[in-house]
Amino acid sequence: MTIPLLKVEDLRVTFQISREGDMPWTKPLQLHAVGGVSFELMPGETLGIVGESGCGKSTLARAIIQMVPATGRAVWEDGVDLLSLSSREMLKYRSDIQMVFQDPLASLNPRMTVGQIIAEPLTTHHPGLSKDEVKLRVKAMMDKVGLLPNQINRYPHEFSGGQCQRIGIARALIVEPKLLICDEPVSALDVSIQAQVINLLMKLQRELGLAMIFIAHDLSVVKHISDRVMVLYLGRTMEVATSGDLYSAPQHPYTQALLSAVPIPDPAAERAKRMIPLEGDLPSPLRPPSGCVFRTRCPRAEARCAADAPRLNPGDHQVACHFPGPLAEFRKAMEEA
Amino acid sequence: MALLDIKDLRVQFRTNDGVVNAVNGITLSLERGGALGIVGESGSGKSQLAFAVMGLLAKNGRATGSVSFDGQEILNAPPSVINRVRANKIGMIFQDPMTSLNSYMRVSDQMMEVLLHHKGMSKDQAAKECVRMLDAVKIPDAAGRFRLYPHEFSGGMRQRVMIAMALLCKPDLLIADEPTTALDVTVQAQIMQLLGDLRHDFGMATILITHDLGVVAGFCDEVMVMYGGQVMEKSPVDPVFAAPSHPYTRGLLHALPRVDQEGEELASIPGTPPNMMRAPKGCPFAPRCEFEIDRCTVALDPLTEFAPGRFRACNRPVEELA
Repeated sequence: MTIPLLKVEDLRVTFQISREGDMPWTKPLQLHAVGGVSFELMPGETLGIVGESGCGKSTLARAIIQMVPATGRAVWEDGVDLLSLSSREMLKYRSDIQMVFQDPLASLNPRMTVGQIIAEPLTTHHPGLSKDEVKLRVKAMMDKVGLLPNQINRYPHEFSGGQCQRIGIARALIVEPKLLICDEPVSALDVSIQAQVINLLMKLQRELGLAMIFIAHDLSVVKHISDRVMVLYLGRTMEVATSGDLYSAPQHPYTQALLSAVPIPDPAAERAKRMIPLEGDLPSPLRPPSGCVFRTRCPRAEARCAADAPRLNPGDHQVACHFPGPLAEFRKAMEEA
Repeated sequence: MALLDIKDLRVQFRTNDGVVNAVNGITLSLERGGALGIVGESGSGKSQLAFAVMGLLAKNGRATGSVSFDGQEILNAPPSVINRVRANKIGMIFQDPMTSLNSYMRVSDQMMEVLLHHKGMSKDQAAKECVRMLDAVKIPDAAGRFRLYPHEFSGGMRQRVMIAMALLCKPDLLIADEPTTALDVTVQAQIMQLLGDLRHDFGMATILITHDLGVVAGFCDEVMVMYGGQVMEKSPVDPVFAAPSHPYTRGLLHALPRVDQEGEELASIPGTPPNMMRAPKGCPFAPRCEFEIDRCTVALDPLTEFAPGRFRACNRPVEELA
């Protein structure tokens, strides 16, 4: 059996929120941004994480690389728990885990040239490299991500959004990581450019055998790029399955509602589609509902859902729900009742 | 007579770096109750087209051509004329509800302002009407929330407030500029359903400006695809998606990952959108087009009807795009 590249167990991120007008001794409120998430990531695998804004998907990714403090465990393939490391010890692993951010221009230093930006991780992690060697590797990497190596002395503002995202990808890959975390890497891009970047990411992943955690709110993009997909709601995992299973046979009512809301670029299919309306808004994460966090908006909720929180069932298609099942069965039962 | 008739609309901006040609000769008409989708990527001029119609261009912008609304010319009309049209006849909702609502004013005051100024209602009447409208856009406990500030609403709710505000004077035309781009899919679905219901209840015409072809497919009767400030294709909705007639539309559709289909590699469009600083010559899409011929860099055939109701601007005949 292959060892997972990364094994996350019961990861929790809690923020302390103090409100305006609180007395200094008032206990701050606890915001559970991520409330106990576990998953395994195999080498070379892509795990998609989807959910609405505020569901904790970005926080989860940031917690793994200690950009926000978290509790729980995140075990790397060599058995080391990344969350227990000091920042000095963590440095060793940072070249194995790299990140690509959402806003391509904002994540690049405007006063550094493209060459300097891409070289920075390399000179940080491999200070012994000669200048010529660094330049050679930077140029090779630029070529790989579809940038012209003669643009090495240009500044980020001279590039379009799609090209800036290529620079961000080059910067992440120059240290030959094993895991690439992409936080909404294409959501700021136009459709035609988005397809270019998705194709590039998939090509590089195949070539370099990278594992990826791909975070996005666009369910169609996640489906396209991921091997497995995890659905989050209010910091809790609702459903994890292979991309094929999750999209063709979702078991959790939240996944079903989410999928039914995605607009399909086909007028006939779009008109025929039966949407599952989700009533109301996302509850405040400061006061999440008792039991199952989704129960306040769930069409299947019963008394039991308020009392105890469902756990993910073991297996390949994991669902955290007391009443999981295909949508058709649920609709049939509703019509009979 | 069409409700909105736009003829050869052009928008230019003077900037320190030169003249930007944002919209280059758009002609379109919209009937009462119709729903037109304008699709394009950033920089295609779709938003500036709407701003020009509403007289909301930035100070350095200049619009030429003709925009007639209900038989009345409104392009570059004096404020006294355009203000009356803007409030009563054309409503507009913008992409970002937080920046378009005044964060220092209670929602109640912002909404009532419209009715007090334009309809001359009393405060009581106006308040009642506003709450009724907030109910219509399905804001729970509308009366209770009426006096809150915008920051006390969630993103989806703020967009509902914007919609309610735009509908207060029962406009004949609603221009929605990327109304759901900042929202999650579930909220987007709620808002689009709401807009659809309101369109039927009030019988208002709608122009939906978006980059999302999926949203257009579900909402519009007709779609206009823009690139580089020009119309590439204009057609009823169904045939565009079934058989796009323009290389750009085709590229856009193939570049979309689909949630309802198994994906292969996405067909991306090479290159980047044009720089609008240079005056367009020929077809703006030519540098990225796989069907480009020599003539495309020099001239572009005007928008012509090639099938009933379907228009396209391309130098190559449809049959050659195989």
